[in-house]
Amino acid sequence: MVSQINAGDTAWILVCCSLVLLMTPALALFYGGMVRRKNLLSTLTLSYIFMALIGVQWVLYGYSLAFGTDINGLIGGLNYLGFLGVDALPNGEYSKTIPHGLFAAFQMMFAVITPALITGAFVERVKFKSFLLFSLLWATLVYDPLCHWVWGQGGWLKQMGVLDFAGGTVVHISAGFSALAFALVIGPRKGFGKCPMEPSNIPLTVMGAGLLWVGWFGFNAGSALAANGVAVNALLTTNTSAATAGLVWMLLSWLDGRPSTLGIATGMVVGLAAVTPASGYVTPLAAMVIGAVAAPLSYYAMRFRDRRKLDETLDVWACHGISSTWGMIAAGLFSTVAVNSDGANGLFYGNPGQLSIQILAVIVTIVFCFGTTYILAKLLSWSVGLRVTAMEEEVGLDISSHGERSYS
Amino acid sequence: MLKKIEAIVREDKVNDIKNALADIGIVGLNMFEVRGHGRQGGIQLVGRAGTYQVNMLPKIQINIVLSDRNLEDAIETILKSAYTGEPGDGIIFVSPVEEVIRVRTRERGEGAMMYPDDIDTKKAKAKDDSRSVL
Repeated sequence: MVSQINAGDTAWILVCCSLVLLMTPALALFYGGMVRRKNLLSTLTLSYIFMALIGVQWVLYGYSLAFGTDINGLIGGLNYLGFLGVDALPNGEYSKTIPHGLFAAFQMMFAVITPALITGAFVERVKFKSFLLFSLLWATLVYDPLCHWVWGQGGWLKQMGVLDFAGGTVVHISAGFSALAFALVIGPRKGFGKCPMEPSNIPLTVMGAGLLWVGWFGFNAGSALAANGVAVNALLTTNTSAATAGLVWMLLSWLDGRPSTLGIATGMVVGLAAVTPASGYVTPLAAMVIGAVAAPLSYYAMRFRDRRKLDETLDVWACHGISSTWGMIAAGLFSTVAVNSDGANGLFYGNPGQLSIQILAVIVTIVFCFGTTYILAKLLSWSVGLRVTAMEEEVGLDISSHGERSYS
Repeated sequence: MLKKIEAIVREDKVNDIKNALADIGIVGLNMFEVRGHGRQGGIQLVGRAGTYQVNMLPKIQINIVLSDRNLEDAIETILKSAYTGEPGDGIIFVSPVEEVIRVRTRERGEGAMMYPDDIDTKKAKAKDDSRSVL
């Protein structure tokens, strides 16, 4: 087949690339509103910095490690260092109808937001220098290899036929379980569980959730890498899952007290994270089941985390790790080639083998991400230290780390 | 004798209290936004998953300095206008005041707090009126 640039596909993915970029500022707002006012700027910075950090890392070597010529199914080669050879022509393996450079840019936005998701675990107490070091190591040692395994040509999980449309393993499970590992190492905030730590600005969080939803259309529908029916289906499943999970979360919150705004916004994001791996392979009705199940799973995971007195501060594990684990399994249940001929059938369409591949991919991702992050965090904890001093934490990271404050 | 009233009240009752005090001629006051709790111990809020207790609630503290002969009138007015009957209506503290000095005129003591139409002139006028009726 001769690869040829398609203007419609190219225009659509250019838009999607911008939509996914928007998700990182949106995440910053989503997280920022939930911390105390003395740490609001610090929390925004923890997300925003990745647009700069990974924006450079990805061009220099990140893209090459993830999508360079395969080495034993484990890692990409160094042939795209500095984006050399990442040109305006289609790249048969990854982008049949769009420029190679656009594929690389679109993937960059995923690499940017994934480590930003993890920051929810350690806000309000992390030492900025150690955080930067951790993030660069994590992107290089966890994200780039995992991305290659699942999406890279020759990657070993891809070879097995795992279905992960837009990043259930690569983005959400990896961020969620890395967050859990990091939270275990860094320990709780001062006063956690003893005094109430109220969100400083829920409107910011609500605005962030709304923008995340918009950006997620680029994230999931754009993962079709073309302006076609699979993209439209992904957009529909994305919307349906978010809508359902938002409603179910509202009911759960209502049963426990009142239908809280923060709860509804959280439910929507949980629905989005859950459907991500399945979005291009399942029907909108299946997406409704995915969203409806994701909400209680994540809700009670949060309650469980709280009861265990574990300060995984913004519930990255419960929101992203748990819901996308379910999403990966759901892809093994509900996927059908009637939706996407490049996909596969799931258990309910007569292919139980797909479910075992999905479960294997989930276990591999959890073990690899949790384990590597735990070791990285421990090493940094022993060497440079992960936390600011007790006094700096008391004052707040806005002033003690950045010399600024949100409001005067 | 000068006294100070510190009345900690509901935010949404402040206008009623201010108007009721103005009606009886208490014109000088100031207020702060404060946070705290009494016997009620705060309220329950809903978080992302489940509820949590918040014990420091926003309230308004109204400060008034006045002569002790007008104290009971002021207290009664505040009690009436701040009341809802629900927990959280607030509390009133009364304490003695050493001295009052008006910046513009350097007047001291009770004289520093005399205004046209204040509570004392109102009371005097009411007395005159009742005498003329007799």
